[in-house]
Amino acid sequence: MTATLERPPATHPVGRAVGRVFKARETGIVIALVLVVVVATVRNPSFLFSGDGFRDLLLTPSLLMLVAVGQAIVIITRNVDLSVGSILGLTAYLTGRLFIDAPGLPIIVVILAGVGVGALLGLVNGALVAFAKVPALVITLGTLYIYRGINVAWAGSDRINASDLPADFRGLGTGQLLGLPILTIIAVVVLIVAAWYLRNLRSGRELYAIGSDPAAAELYGLRVTRRILAAFLVSGALSGLAGVLYAARYGTVSSGAGTGWELQAIGAAVIGGVAISGGVGTLWGAAIGAYLLLTINRALPILGIEDFWQRAVVGALIIGAIVLDRLLALRQSRKLLEAREDGR
Amino acid sequence: MPVDLDASAAAPPAGAAPAALELSRVVKSFGAVVALRSGTITLHEGSIHALIGENGAGKSTLVKIIAGLYRRDAGEFRLAGEPVDFHSTAQSKAAGIAVIYQEPTLFPDLSVTENIFMGRQPANRFGRIDRKAMRAEAQEIFARLGVTIDPDRVTEGLSIADQQIIEIAKAISLDARVLIMDEPTAALSGVEVERLFAVARSLRDEGRALLFISHRFDEVFALCDTVTVMRDGSYIATTPIVETSVDELVRQMVGRDVAELFPKLPAEVGGDVLVVEGLTRAGVFHDISFTVRSGEIVGLAGLVGAGRSEVARAIFGVDPYESGSVRLGDRALPKGNPRVAMQRGLALVPEDRRKQGLVLDESVTRNITLAIRGALAKAGLIWSARENEAAKLWASRLEVKTAALDAETGTLSGGNQQKVVLGKWLATEPKVLIVDEPTRGIDVGTKAEVHRLLSELAQQGMAILMISSELPEVLGMADRVLVMREGHLTGEFDRAEATPEAVMFAATAEKEHAR
Repeated sequence: MTATLERPPATHPVGRAVGRVFKARETGIVIALVLVVVVATVRNPSFLFSGDGFRDLLLTPSLLMLVAVGQAIVIITRNVDLSVGSILGLTAYLTGRLFIDAPGLPIIVVILAGVGVGALLGLVNGALVAFAKVPALVITLGTLYIYRGINVAWAGSDRINASDLPADFRGLGTGQLLGLPILTIIAVVVLIVAAWYLRNLRSGRELYAIGSDPAAAELYGLRVTRRILAAFLVSGALSGLAGVLYAARYGTVSSGAGTGWELQAIGAAVIGGVAISGGVGTLWGAAIGAYLLLTINRALPILGIEDFWQRAVVGALIIGAIVLDRLLALRQSRKLLEAREDGR
Repeated sequence: MPVDLDASAAAPPAGAAPAALELSRVVKSFGAVVALRSGTITLHEGSIHALIGENGAGKSTLVKIIAGLYRRDAGEFRLAGEPVDFHSTAQSKAAGIAVIYQEPTLFPDLSVTENIFMGRQPANRFGRIDRKAMRAEAQEIFARLGVTIDPDRVTEGLSIADQQIIEIAKAISLDARVLIMDEPTAALSGVEVERLFAVARSLRDEGRALLFISHRFDEVFALCDTVTVMRDGSYIATTPIVETSVDELVRQMVGRDVAELFPKLPAEVGGDVLVVEGLTRAGVFHDISFTVRSGEIVGLAGLVGAGRSEVARAIFGVDPYESGSVRLGDRALPKGNPRVAMQRGLALVPEDRRKQGLVLDESVTRNITLAIRGALAKAGLIWSARENEAAKLWASRLEVKTAALDAETGTLSGGNQQKVVLGKWLATEPKVLIVDEPTRGIDVGTKAEVHRLLSELAQQGMAILMISSELPEVLGMADRVLVMREGHLTGEFDRAEATPEAVMFAATAEKEHAR
């Protein structure tokens, strides 16, 4: 009588969990990632089976992962943050300057300063988007240039060199704990906390609701403005953290640091199944997307593919991910429609 | 303990059920337009109250005031005897009012369960959402309502009926005392309506107050115990359902003199120009056949959602149809090809001029010449002299009031925007003109001008199909009135036979329910 799907009774909980894993959008990217690593390793075993190879595999994508997680939170609310690369550059330079201009400042204070400034810059984005009701694409395109401009004006042709930074701080970027790079550990901890928040807390679920249908969110009486503000703040703060760690990892920071990261972060999120129209996707997906993106970049030269084609492959990956999502959505809606017709 | 004098004064007389919600002489206007002159209604616990009236009678405005979407300008609003004043939907919700709109507003990407509980999910003391409890509660509500909806699936792709059930589940989980259903049955099939009614009755028996807005008299009589009629933004009457009849309700709904507001000029009616035969699109309209002759204005009446605009769009070729045919003059019109329709002399002035009819940030000139750009072009280029000439001609013929022809169209008043849209299509020199709600939202003066214009065009031999939800307009302007109800043509009247009662009846009631 009703026009709904009736699902067969749930089987064993383990069976259900396995089923969920196989149906999850993230599974596809994990398989792709494993495939890339396997192929590259077969071609050149040191890709995985060498101390440096294993370390780089984990280390290289860690910073982008932080930025991509922040970006995904914003995209889930049906917004976008193009200024993350500029925030990263500015906070990376700030980190270096603090060590040069205020020697003896505790490392933790510098880190907090970087995160704090990032959060502030994110808040500016959020306030402009939430209160001025201007599309985030335009606002953050503006702040992309403004933040970068501040960075260029401040740094000029100066740059931070590794010798300007305390050894302990540099250790954050290169050191290991229990055989794992510290950067990777930080990135994964941030990911776990943020993903848990988005899944299990009311305010986290409301981000999805807002992205799914902003007008309905208003009708539900959700605090849309506050949530959007918070999403941009978190994205800024994570970019700030990534900026600090960028300085620690690379040592050298010029005024151009982080240029183009915004597009990589958006690409990572999209590849990871975060819908650009909001409301769909997980932070896990975005994080794995970041891993896939940068690991492919490292694997392609090993496979003997020219530089030019490497970019094209990344582009194809992004388009492929979107086409896949579209196909899945079409199949899903056709299935639901059929079920409805059958029910009548 | 101090005695609350106010509360005791407002207490109902002994024996009567307390009023759950009370609106009295509520007024709401938007700029110069008064949407609600005097909204009065009293809902009691354990009762299903019907609210009926023509389109534009003020029902929706009344509902939106109750829901907290609009704030009233004047009048009283009490909830269980206490005066209230809502600024937001969150407040009305917190006060125990749930509104179920015709088109439910859900989050398509989220699960059914999340949609029910969004914003107030059950959580443990660390704030972690208790998914199990949430899911169990959703299932319990569905069981109580006697429906089977998978609580884990996303709401995308659910039928309107199921979406409404989710809205009702939401209201129940909120323990809403007052439930308002704004035309909930408009998009439902017979079985689904029955299920909804069963749910509504069980909610009534739990002691909740329900308000049911509907255009279908059979449903009102089947479900409700009291009925309130509104007309032109004002309260007309409240009657127990057993003491009234369809005839009486229709009289109350239309009961006004249809004065000759719109002087229809006599025109010579010629041969068939537009012939529509058996036009069908499953679920939207069925077997629609009619003709429009040259020099004739045919009114297409009916309630909002009866499928009139859809028929017009299908004829013009913007929407598909499955079977049937459209003939223009003596040639068949190919389906799904608005370009050809325009070339053969068909013009459609759409319902929503801001979205479908005008480019608001372009100049008046550009808008008027939008549909004739091909004809204006010389050697592939459009010369502004020719463009301006054409625009000037039509702007003066239609008496468009604008500061300048190069002013942005968005700066014009609604009535003048409507004239620009008309001008745009008249510039194509059509043989058949379809106008969809030509005077919606424009002032009385401009309205009369639009009517005069249509009348003149008919006099010059144009065939006009006028879709309108305003009964006086249809009756005043049309040589012949067609009536649609739920996708079917339910009546055809000559000018002489077209009384308000007859048209309203065809638009609302099923024949077997005529009493």
